[in-house]
Amino acid sequence: MGGFFKSSIGRKIAMALSAFFLMFFLIIHLAVNITSLFSEDVFNELSHFMGTNPLVQFALQPVLIFGVVFHFVMGFVLEIKNKKANGVAYAKNNGAANSTWMSRNMIYSGLAILAFIVLHFIDFWIPELNTKYVVGDMSGLHHGEFRYFNELVEKFHSHIRTIAYVLAFILLGLHLAHGFTSAFQSMGVTAGRKKTLQNIGKAYSIIIPLGFIIIALYHHLKYVLS
Amino acid sequence: MNLTLKIWRQKDSNAKGQMVDYKVTDISEHMSFLEMMDVLNEQLVNSGEEPVAFDHDCREGICGMCSMYINGEAHGPDRGITTCQLHMRMFKDGDTITIEPFRAAAFPVIKDLVVDRMAFERIQQAGGYISVNTSGNTQDANNLPISKHAADEAMDAATCIGCGACVATCKNSSAMLFVGAKVSQYALLPQGQVEAADRVQNMVAQMDLEGFGNCTNTGACEVECPKGISLDNIARMNRELMKAAIK
Repeated sequence: MGGFFKSSIGRKIAMALSAFFLMFFLIIHLAVNITSLFSEDVFNELSHFMGTNPLVQFALQPVLIFGVVFHFVMGFVLEIKNKKANGVAYAKNNGAANSTWMSRNMIYSGLAILAFIVLHFIDFWIPELNTKYVVGDMSGLHHGEFRYFNELVEKFHSHIRTIAYVLAFILLGLHLAHGFTSAFQSMGVTAGRKKTLQNIGKAYSIIIPLGFIIIALYHHLKYVLS
Repeated sequence: MNLTLKIWRQKDSNAKGQMVDYKVTDISEHMSFLEMMDVLNEQLVNSGEEPVAFDHDCREGICGMCSMYINGEAHGPDRGITTCQLHMRMFKDGDTITIEPFRAAAFPVIKDLVVDRMAFERIQQAGGYISVNTSGNTQDANNLPISKHAADEAMDAATCIGCGACVATCKNSSAMLFVGAKVSQYALLPQGQVEAADRVQNMVAQMDLEGFGNCTNTGACEVECPKGISLDNIARMNRELMKAAIK
């Protein structure tokens, strides 16, 4: 078994497993965030639960961080290995004749998502860790009220940040458009023949990013128009 | 028709190659691509130049010997064919055609458009066979029940001619369609079961050792494959390797 993850196919499978975990995480993240569209209280309650529950904080969160880091480090490792396998570059290569743009540019959509994650961590995750574990304030309160909803809304006051988020989610959609079925194919599911799976993949890669885009635009427009 | 050809010329495996332009005239649209190359070479020989080296053998689309990356695609712009079955009617008078060797670090250029595809042979030798006693006591073929479905799928996988178009076209220079087909043709049949775990592990290990890249499921190989080998074979190989790993 030790040699398994050293083989090209083993790495592919590891990439797919981390992808499954990240795709599951995206559903949870969207489910929590979407509540901010219709209920400040529900969003605050859920955020407080996610932010303070020991199981989420000390079991799921480390796995998530490992999943993210693993997925992009392995993505780079594989990209470098694949470039090395190429030899001399073609003078003329018609990639569009036989594959989608998304499938050929996973490294670039991935890099854009990575850049977004850095911004996202600076926006939310690092301040959150600071408040909870450095300052030691686990109450989730600011001036006697839950702070989560206000922190979210405040971030989307900025035009530039909103545009950056929307662009990042479009690239996430493109990444998922190939990544979803690709992960199943790597796990040995004959994705090419499974129309249902392909349709679920299409739906997933549209609905998840679109959900996040709607949340960003909603809070931004609400602020701009008020 | 009259054509401009941009062809990769490389004296030997150590030389630095380059693209060279040639003109060919009066090419019939009924010619195969290789016949057009023959016309060019005749022209070159008559003018005292070195002819362009390219691989070919049966010229019937079944041996897997011809290669060439034509206008950015393995075996050219047509589908389900090898270069010998590509006809000049696919091109127009006055076209410029770019002709390059199959590119991959594991397929080094020997000369001009000829590449060394022995890596495929070594992968086959690592496990692409079954060990059976053929010393005259072969059992009746019908003793082993095989479903029509499995037999058809195994036959489809076995149509792989090992030309290397999958590697040439893959942005990662991955050989997984080839290896997937070779693993599948045995994995689907009862005769292949005995050595199934060793086969997939050894063939994948050899594939990695040869320096082929990692499949990212773009599906380009399946489109360019002259025999239409399906990506399902890669999925099956992945399953076989997982099965072997937990055995």
